[in-house]
Amino acid sequence: MLGTLRSIWNVFLHLWHKKETVQYPEEKPYLPPRWRGRIILSRDADGGERCVACYLCAVACPVDCISLQATEDEHGRRYPEFFRINFSRCIFCGFCEEACPTYAIQLTPDFEMAEYKRENLVYEKEDLLISGPGKYPDYNFYNVAGTSIAGKDKGEAENERPPVDIRSLMP
Amino acid sequence: MTFFYISAAVALISSVLAISRSNAVHALLYAIVSLLSVALIFFMLGAPFAAALEVVIYAGAIMVLFVFVIMMISSGPGSTQQERRWMNFRLWIGPSVLSAVLIIELFAVISPPREPMSAKPVIESKQVGIALMGPYMLGVELSSLLLTAGLVGAYHLGKRKDDAAQTEDVTIHD
Amino acid sequence: MNVLIGIIVPLGILFSVLTVAAGLIWLERRLLAFWQDRYGPNRVGAYGLLQPLADAIKLMFKEDWVPPFSDKPVFILAPIVIVITVVLAFAVIPFAPGIVVIDLNVGLLFFLGMSSLGVYSVVLGGWASNSKYSLLGGLRASAQMLSYEVFMGISVMGVVMMAGSFNLGDIIEAQRIGWFWIPQFFGMVIFIIAGLAETRRLPFDLPEAESELVAGFHTEYSGMKFGLFFVGEYIGITLVSAMIVTLYFGGWLGPFLPPIVWFTIKTFLFICGFILLRAAMPRPRYDQLMSYGWKILLPIAMANLLITGALLLRAM
Repeated sequence: MLGTLRSIWNVFLHLWHKKETVQYPEEKPYLPPRWRGRIILSRDADGGERCVACYLCAVACPVDCISLQATEDEHGRRYPEFFRINFSRCIFCGFCEEACPTYAIQLTPDFEMAEYKRENLVYEKEDLLISGPGKYPDYNFYNVAGTSIAGKDKGEAENERPPVDIRSLMP
Repeated sequence: MTFFYISAAVALISSVLAISRSNAVHALLYAIVSLLSVALIFFMLGAPFAAALEVVIYAGAIMVLFVFVIMMISSGPGSTQQERRWMNFRLWIGPSVLSAVLIIELFAVISPPREPMSAKPVIESKQVGIALMGPYMLGVELSSLLLTAGLVGAYHLGKRKDDAAQTEDVTIHD
Repeated sequence: MNVLIGIIVPLGILFSVLTVAAGLIWLERRLLAFWQDRYGPNRVGAYGLLQPLADAIKLMFKEDWVPPFSDKPVFILAPIVIVITVVLAFAVIPFAPGIVVIDLNVGLLFFLGMSSLGVYSVVLGGWASNSKYSLLGGLRASAQMLSYEVFMGISVMGVVMMAGSFNLGDIIEAQRIGWFWIPQFFGMVIFIIAGLAETRRLPFDLPEAESELVAGFHTEYSGMKFGLFFVGEYIGITLVSAMIVTLYFGGWLGPFLPPIVWFTIKTFLFICGFILLRAAMPRPRYDQLMSYGWKILLPIAMANLLITGALLLRAM
């Protein structure tokens, strides 16, 4: 009986406790930089698309919300012809970001993407692609990869020796 | 007087309907209405205490128990069909004729002109108490004995005989 | 003049009771939120005060669905009964000297009768819905409210004996020498507990027990019929608070302020107390509820009645 009265009194004292509610539209909650929110596609520092259309993100996605089609430009550089994320299915697990070999697909601290029509939640490539490098400002996949693209031949990447001439007999 | 006749008519009609409904809960609803109109008649005859007790005890407690039991055992449309079969003309015509005779007799007895009822003095609850604890003392004691016997009987019937019941004895901890 | 007062007082009481019931929707949600470290509804109007209006509009425009498997007349009757009984019970409550609808000499019994008739609403609503959760809720309601009515009736008898009348105005006048909650402390506690059970408020909301019975007796109700059950519940809280104030806390008695203000302040405090109980107490199991009532409350109420009677006889 005394315990009951004490619990009633303790609940009553909560009248003066600090409120836990965040008054959302006026007062924004703090979102940490690694928050898994809206997905974007980033670019290199020099403006080239990072995505090489390897399909790893689409494979990793547990709800199959990513679809894309690979294609190549005239110099053999791969890029997605279209890149589509259906945010009405996305669960923001971040597996696509982990799978991405080029840091192209990234999750951002933004969640305010409600829509009145469900179709508007399907984001195309032009909706996803941003102009900056996202969380990795200095990284450029082609600077560390061995493939040749326009303006960079094999052996010209960072920490890369020139390719071995297999027809030469020299060591 | 008009109010008296209105509530008396309501009491009569609802009592007849309470007997003749084949759905048990509907019949009970009419029985409750009948009790309420009887309470109103008590009130108009200058016995507000009896009227209040009629509502509290009969309409409010005993009929709730009736509803409770019928809710527990009612089996839907099947029982309604059965009731409808039982309500056949040959069964109810005999008692109806007999009670109609009684009603006619009653009207004949009360038909001579009498003084108007509205001038009746109001019976206070204090007078009821004095009457119960004074001249009707024996009756009160007898009925309390009867109720005690009923209580003991209910306890005996409700008591569990097996030992398994003891393990699930429940107490309240604060 | 008398005719005018006879019209204005009941209409005023009806209006204020319904307004209080609507305001309680907001007050309860706000207070519960405060006690749970939240804000509660604060968007519609200043401090969310127009929330009841928004709720009412929502309920009005919802589909008013009567289940095809239900017993239709009884299904529609049930929510009406509860509102009528609780509003009628307000007729005998004296808000201030002269402000009472009917100065009935069996006013307290009238209140008890109306609260016992209110049981039918819940029981019939549960039965007419013709679904198992509603039926269980109705069964629980009938047993619970029938039992607690007994203790409620016995607990107020101490007050009746001390005041020597069933008239609520006389009971308040008899408290000029001292409010009854001190001599009738156990009676007051039992009356508050039984009042909670009669209005089916938490912690005694077993007839609706959301975690076990979906919504209990009003599982099948929607729209304004559901709304009527809630209006009935909120008016019921106000009614029981007003009765506690009338019987044990001196009604409109109090210094300096006008009587009606005292009555309102006291009633408001008890309404807040009911909401606090809802915020703080867990729901007992059904057998606990029953054994608590019959094994603890009934003996205490009986002993209270016996001792009060003995002391009164000795004083005479």
